[in-house]
Amino acid sequence: MLKFTCPYCGIEASETELAAGGEAHLKRYGPGSSEQDFEGYLFLRKNPKGVHLERWRHVMGCGKWFLAARHTATLEVFGTYSAQTHEPPAEIIENIRAKFPEWQA
Amino acid sequence: MSTRLSTGGRLIDRAKPVSFQFNGRKMQGFQGDNLAAALLANGQVVMGRSFKYHRPRGVVASGAEEPNALVGLGEGGRFEPNQRATTTELFDGLTAISQNHWPSLDFDVGAVNSSLSRFLPAGFYYKTFIHPRAAWKHLFEPFIRKSAGLGKPSNPGDPDTYEHAYVHVDLLIVGGGIAGLQAALTAAKTDAKVLLLEQEAHWGGRAPVDGAEIDGVAAEEWIKNALQTLEAAPNVTLRKRCMGSGVYDHGYALAYERCTDHMPGAAGPRHRLWRIRAGQIITATGALERPLSFSGNDRPGVMLASALRDYIVNYGVSPGDRVVVVTNNDDAYRTALAVKDSGLTVACIIDARASADGPLPQACRDAGIRVETGKAIAGVGMKGKALKFVDICAQAGEGSVLETVGCDAVAMSGGWSPVVHLWSHCGGKLLWSEDNFHFYPDVTRFPTDHKGAQYVRTAGIASGAMLTHEVLGNASESAVAALEQLGHSAEAWRPSATGSEEGAMAPVWVMPQGASKAKKSKMWLDFQNDVKVSDVELAAQEGYQSVEHTKRYTTLGMATDQGKLSNINGLAVLSGALNQPIPQTGTTTFRPPYTPISMGVIAGPGTGKTFQPLRKTPMHGWHEANGADWEPVGQWRRPYCYTKSGESREAAVSREIRNTRDSLGLLDASTLGKILVTGPDAGKFLDMLYTNMMSTLKPGKCRYGLMCNENGFLMDDGVVARLDENSFLVHTTSGGADHMHAHMEDWLQCEWWDWKVYTANLTEQYAQIAVVGPNARKLLEKLGGMDVSKEAMAFMEHADGELAELPVRVYRISFSGELSYEIAVPANRGLELWEKIVEAGAEWNITPYGTEALHVMRAEKGFIMIGDETDGTVIPQDLNLSWAISKKKEDFLGKRAQARSHMASAERWKLVGLETIDGSVLPDGAYALAEGTNENGQRNTQGRVTSTYHSPTLGRGIAMGLVLHGPDRMGEVLKFNKVDGSAVEAKIVDPVFYDKDGEKQNV
Ligand SMILES: [Zn+2]
Repeated sequence: MLKFTCPYCGIEASETELAAGGEAHLKRYGPGSSEQDFEGYLFLRKNPKGVHLERWRHVMGCGKWFLAARHTATLEVFGTYSAQTHEPPAEIIENIRAKFPEWQA
Repeated sequence: MSTRLSTGGRLIDRAKPVSFQFNGRKMQGFQGDNLAAALLANGQVVMGRSFKYHRPRGVVASGAEEPNALVGLGEGGRFEPNQRATTTELFDGLTAISQNHWPSLDFDVGAVNSSLSRFLPAGFYYKTFIHPRAAWKHLFEPFIRKSAGLGKPSNPGDPDTYEHAYVHVDLLIVGGGIAGLQAALTAAKTDAKVLLLEQEAHWGGRAPVDGAEIDGVAAEEWIKNALQTLEAAPNVTLRKRCMGSGVYDHGYALAYERCTDHMPGAAGPRHRLWRIRAGQIITATGALERPLSFSGNDRPGVMLASALRDYIVNYGVSPGDRVVVVTNNDDAYRTALAVKDSGLTVACIIDARASADGPLPQACRDAGIRVETGKAIAGVGMKGKALKFVDICAQAGEGSVLETVGCDAVAMSGGWSPVVHLWSHCGGKLLWSEDNFHFYPDVTRFPTDHKGAQYVRTAGIASGAMLTHEVLGNASESAVAALEQLGHSAEAWRPSATGSEEGAMAPVWVMPQGASKAKKSKMWLDFQNDVKVSDVELAAQEGYQSVEHTKRYTTLGMATDQGKLSNINGLAVLSGALNQPIPQTGTTTFRPPYTPISMGVIAGPGTGKTFQPLRKTPMHGWHEANGADWEPVGQWRRPYCYTKSGESREAAVSREIRNTRDSLGLLDASTLGKILVTGPDAGKFLDMLYTNMMSTLKPGKCRYGLMCNENGFLMDDGVVARLDENSFLVHTTSGGADHMHAHMEDWLQCEWWDWKVYTANLTEQYAQIAVVGPNARKLLEKLGGMDVSKEAMAFMEHADGELAELPVRVYRISFSGELSYEIAVPANRGLELWEKIVEAGAEWNITPYGTEALHVMRAEKGFIMIGDETDGTVIPQDLNLSWAISKKKEDFLGKRAQARSHMASAERWKLVGLETIDGSVLPDGAYALAEGTNENGQRNTQGRVTSTYHSPTLGRGIAMGLVLHGPDRMGEVLKFNKVDGSAVEAKIVDPVFYDKDGEKQNV
């Protein structure tokens, strides 16, 4: 059972308090977008054996969505951060690159 | 014949006899016995029958790994199948029955399977499923059904309670043998919070039986001292009868405590599930002895050498007067010495190795025990159900009998495998030892926690450390490493230990080495599931190479013991057949739980009323007192209808509808979702959520709206009321409130986070009462306090005010087609208003109605219901709701998706009304039949029923459905299938069956 620290209320929460929300930083494509862009937005998801940026909601706590950088195989969590951003904070990218210098978001 | 010895037994108290029953027979044991020991003491060697062939089986092990001695325990509500006799502590009044036999344990009809065994080889089930089909149905299936099934299910009505305990610790140590104790002693010197678990009722594991000396004292003494130290340590918690069941992500672990199994009916929970979050975990889980694969190794009387030693030393029980020991290692010689020490006879030690000259074999020779090296067992002889002799042959040969040795018990040892289960649960990897011929943890490939650091370590034999001083040193070092990870400094030490020196073992996977096919078909690998050496070899011959596939094909290791005894032997045989090294074959995946845990403990206290929270509206008690026939709606309970004495459900629903349409009805609509959306950007936000325009709604007005997800599919519908410039009250379906609120928050927090909008789920803040029917206005006027006239409050308007001196918000909306007001009132005044309405409405015969009347009335009006007309694949256009989809808005959730070719297709099934020709009610979910069949030979279809009811208003069946080109086919008659294979005819009609012009609601 995974645990994450909610960046809003500061609680280290077990998975039972959280709801998973899939890949983070999706760009929304709306009316007028190409079939290809819309398909990518709606259906195509990264599935790395490696560091994954993902959405979690502290649903049984403060109710806030937050984002996490988690390695899908080692389960290492490189940090959690606000959902209200288009990319991870520099500090988290640094944490990831300390172990995976080649890593790209 | 097994019996109780006159002396010995370190765990039993001979001063305390205990009575119990096995298959109705009264027996006697002693306090401290386990059931298997007590059965052996009573001469009961055969304890069960195997799963597939129903072969008679005796106990083979002495602990959690036991595959054979499974019994049904207890009676009535406490009956439990598949309990291992080896882990069942004896208590006064215990009742047990053996399993898998008919009519009796001694005589079993199903054992005929055994003589048919050449027709039931590996992959039998798969092969039989394929051909011929008729044979499966008429021949194999009835036969298998009769003989299959492990034990009987328990009875309903479990009288016991179960609980979950949550705990956070720094260091969890699983296993209370000398390694676990040493790890705990190391940690006790720090202030780390430590939890030490032992699955059995006794601490210390095997060391006292094996006779080691630690720090100059007997192991038993050392264990006693260690426990005293640990019990005195304020930072250490000790828990016995508590099995570490699984290790999970980020330091999570589960443990299963059997609190009162050994004293049924005692106060407190029967089992407790420990839900542990640990900073670090040490698994000191020991090792399991492996059987040897020789012909007849499953016969009652053949058991593991360590088990036979346990029965003598721990319980003072003799498994037989004349024992043959067969081995490939030195440890089994300890069993020979224990047999001899207890006054019984060792007929012979058969050692497959070419020579055996270590201290233990030497001690046996010095004690006058005959040792035969380079030998093997060629076969086991029985007289009736009793073991009589073994045939001895050369291990190197094909099994020519050199000598027959009389005996009534065989102790076998194929070496020891570390228990690496918990290490492996979260990704710890293994290495193969070419010295000890077992898998052991690869310390460089460990499970990692949230920091990417190691959080599971093994200690002692579980690490592959086989000698006592290595065990203790390794345990201490593992504890220090874990403590340092936690930020505590500690020091490892290695107590001195003697008495554990052993010579090298030899790998022996088949005995004798050149055994014939006939012999191999009598060598059991998996005792419980009846998988033999010949089955695994057949699987390899048929092309199975992956150990995971072979496992499933042969069922090796798939029984309740999860292959604890069989896995290594099985994959060694597979490796041999594939002619590849064992590490290349690898192991199957280790999955929790380590041994089965009860269903009761998984549920814990979450049964019956505490299974899930029950949500009650403020008027719940009134409904209950007035004949509510409850229906679950999400976590709510709503009255389906209110039945009067002697009235059927159908009659009640009809009465409620007629009274409402003719005069006056009332409905508790409090469960309706109510979400406040407020802020300067609230209108803009709702325009994105709803398919229609909400920002243009005027304060005081209501609008029906549809919400879709980004895939374009309908999620929810309901009425939006604009309260003021910045605020809207969104009504959702009863079941959808929480989900829709979460949906809003997702978009607000993660996509449009700069929009100034705030949402609050006010569902439980208000009670809501629908007053429905031609006399609704008269009733409100009688209550008095605000103007509810047609002029003051037109259809789809709302106003705040007072009714019957209560603060209310009144919405003039209708889901029934009648003149209708929905009155919201603060929840704590809900019952008061309800009762005032009931009292005032008496003159119009006011009738409370339930969800079924609500459904029927909305269907009569052709209103859709989320979850009936929609199923996650339906778009508003399918339901002819294009009028509620804004053409003006550039964007809303689902708009882009609804432009995809499949969504815009004219071939989508569309909503119509359906009327049976004969007036009957269409079956729910029935399909409209089309000509021909599809590629699977199934009848083609052209539509389906989504809602279907008897309409008391129209006196006939009415239905709605989705039909191909439906709206263009008015008047056409379709055939709908029924479960009995017949069909019923229905005509396509307008879905609005009642008051098509809406004259009744616009008054
Ligand atoms: Zn939080």
